Amino acid sequence: MTRTLHRFSGGLHLDTHKHESRDVPSMLVPLPGQIILPLKQHIGLAARPLVNPGERVLKGQIIAEPEGYVSVPVHATTSGVVRDIGDYHIPHPFGIREPCIVIDADGLDELFPIEAVTDYAALTPQALQEIIRDRGIAGLGGAGFPAHVKLKEGVDNAVDTLIINGVECEPYITCDDRLIREKAMYVVSGARMIRHAVNAKHCVIAVEEDMPEAHDALAGHITAHDDIELVRVPTRYPAGGEKQLIQVLTGKEVPSGGFSINIGIIVHNVATAAAVYRAVTRGEPLISRYVTVTGEVKTPRNLQVLLGTPVSDCLKLCGYEDSNDTRIIVGGPMMGTQVRDCNIPVTKTTNCIIVRRKIPPIQELPCIRCGRCADVCPVNLLPQQLYLYAKADRFDETRQHHLFDCIECGCCSCVCPSHIPLVQYYRYAKFEIALEEQRRQGATRAEQRFLNRKRRLQQRQEVKQKQKAGSTTTATESGDTDADRKAFVRAAVARTRSRKERGTDR
Amino acid sequence: MREVVIALVPGILVYALVVHWGVLVQCLLAVLFALAAEAVMLRVRGLPVKLFLFDYSVIITALLYALCISPLTPWWINLCGILFAVMLVKHAYGGLGGNLFNPAMAGFVFVLLSFPADMNVWPAVYSLHSGSPGLLDTLALIFSGRDSIADIDAISAATPLTHMQSQLGGMNMIGEFTTDPRYGLVAGTGLEWVAITFLAAGLWLVFRKIIAWQMPATVIATLFLVSLVFYGFDAGVYASPLFHVFTVSTLLGAFFIVTDPVSSATTATGRLIFAAGVGLMTWVIRSWGAYPDGFAFAVLFMNALVPLLDHFTRPRVLGEAVDN
Repeated sequence: MTRTLHRFSGGLHLDTHKHESRDVPSMLVPLPGQIILPLKQHIGLAARPLVNPGERVLKGQIIAEPEGYVSVPVHATTSGVVRDIGDYHIPHPFGIREPCIVIDADGLDELFPIEAVTDYAALTPQALQEIIRDRGIAGLGGAGFPAHVKLKEGVDNAVDTLIINGVECEPYITCDDRLIREKAMYVVSGARMIRHAVNAKHCVIAVEEDMPEAHDALAGHITAHDDIELVRVPTRYPAGGEKQLIQVLTGKEVPSGGFSINIGIIVHNVATAAAVYRAVTRGEPLISRYVTVTGEVKTPRNLQVLLGTPVSDCLKLCGYEDSNDTRIIVGGPMMGTQVRDCNIPVTKTTNCIIVRRKIPPIQELPCIRCGRCADVCPVNLLPQQLYLYAKADRFDETRQHHLFDCIECGCCSCVCPSHIPLVQYYRYAKFEIALEEQRRQGATRAEQRFLNRKRRLQQRQEVKQKQKAGSTTTATESGDTDADRKAFVRAAVARTRSRKERGTDR
Repeated sequence: MREVVIALVPGILVYALVVHWGVLVQCLLAVLFALAAEAVMLRVRGLPVKLFLFDYSVIITALLYALCISPLTPWWINLCGILFAVMLVKHAYGGLGGNLFNPAMAGFVFVLLSFPADMNVWPAVYSLHSGSPGLLDTLALIFSGRDSIADIDAISAATPLTHMQSQLGGMNMIGEFTTDPRYGLVAGTGLEWVAITFLAAGLWLVFRKIIAWQMPATVIATLFLVSLVFYGFDAGVYASPLFHVFTVSTLLGAFFIVTDPVSSATTATGRLIFAAGVGLMTWVIRSWGAYPDGFAFAVLFMNALVPLLDHFTRPRVLGEAVDN
């Protein structure tokens, strides 16, 4: 059975720049001297540290536990001594610092005892989820959504199709391509496991048309018994976006503001599938990943990097010489972020490091409403209108124009003849709206406090008035009220005493 | 935008050759006035003058405006229209990208309504040998005005559209007009060649992907179909579709004016409605209105509808209101 493919609207044919790095075998990065592990390398709540500075940890040991349901643990990626737990620079568009655990590697790379599962099919889906969560697996495609949450959604809802996403649509990035070519068995086996866990009716592994070697490698591991479809989708950016890939493969649309599970579909990245395989059959936690290092370096290639390794180590290994006329981008050229500091660590979501020549800043010109952005938008937004409203701080209108359906793919900025960095305006608007929401919640709380206080004051006033009225009209009963007062004081003293005793018991 | 200016040049030259060379003077004056007005407004608004002055947007406005007015228009009228277009219609609404109305059309309509007598002095086409104004007369008209000419009627003539309207107003039939020497092949002697040059230049812009074909095609198709229906209904009082389509204003407008992205709708559907509206309103005003040509009015009318069009033609966002 061949699947009829559909088209998503908009999109761009970009210069892929994949040949620089795609045909060179990947290389293991030597153990760095120091490892920096952010507590939040996924979407959701940051993990809570379990170790203290000075403590010795082993490779694969859990050093921070998940906080809440949408969270995953962090594992030490080599053996060594915890030097510090504090705020360090992470790959982030605003160059912010976030809590990290820093480990001085001792070079022994001593393993924490791990436990493997021989027959995953005998496990219940819940047990499989537990394993996947314990091994710290977050989506390796870029967003870093905890994998077990998607699995749980799959268990709770009927899953029609499981899609394993190998469509690496952003230019320059070849880490998934390389991973598939070198570890196709992991990907296929991981796909089987996830499928078992969510009980999906169909399973599709999708790669791009310009990844023939990866396609063949996967085909070599899929057996007739598997009933896994291997699909090649046309090369067009952003075909690898979750919503776009679902549209291409099934013709269905993820509801605006909803999730793919709402239409019975779950999407996992190929690298996530490979990590699931390793986690289940070998018990290995997620401690390394493939990273493409490309652009203005001597030997562009893919690296297998221990999480927490500084970006600068990866660059040095590929022959990068620090210079003033280059800039470094973590992530792809369309959606990645330029970083100022090379000492930031590689995290679970770091798929690519690009070195590019600095270009003189281009003057941003007025929007002439030409509508090219709308032609290329894969979500059918009107970027020109969104821009207008975002720039004028008219956030209600940006919401009406579906700001939150924007996937920030950057197609609009790419084609804008006036060189307007449109996506930045949308990020700004999203940020401001979130802030406004917080402020509003704060204001509601303040209002509630004010009202409560007003009510208290009123009550007090009423009680006073009553008492006044009582004391003037019932002066003869003053003896009784005096006795009442004494009783009240006695009771209060007794209460305080009992409270104190309970306190000392603790 | 530079290509758009280049594409206008052949049409202007053909215009100068077959109709009257005064158009070159009008173009030159309009461009100079427009650049000066633009520079002043940029300075007043505190914007970088160097960056915006030569972005060709104001030059296109000036050229389109100069092509609308008569080659014999006095210079101060030319200036009035340009000042209105650049200072009020363009910059008062936020400058490039912010203007609701097409500046060239608004400037033209402003002077058309303000100076009706002067705006109606059109030269006779050279090839008709009916006393086209010579060098001295032309310069006198442009630089000192109508009063400096003893017998204005001896050197001016009605445009085909004006002529047709006055003929019909005089209870004559179209048939009598089509036999007139100034009718030419389909849409006016000489002028139809200007129109065809603009058509060719417009197609070149489409080919170069500088403008999209949908809007010009919709304008022309709408105008053609509406006029065809009424022509078929009564060919005695309604002009032929070819006459409507091959008028200079139709082809210049369809390829160079309607395609102005700033003042037209911004959604794909909105643009088609905008273009169809321009085609329809042009025909309505030409056939039933008080003015011989309705293109500029049609454009302004549709400009005013743009916010509404954009509001009601927002495309369905991916995943919006789907029933799965």
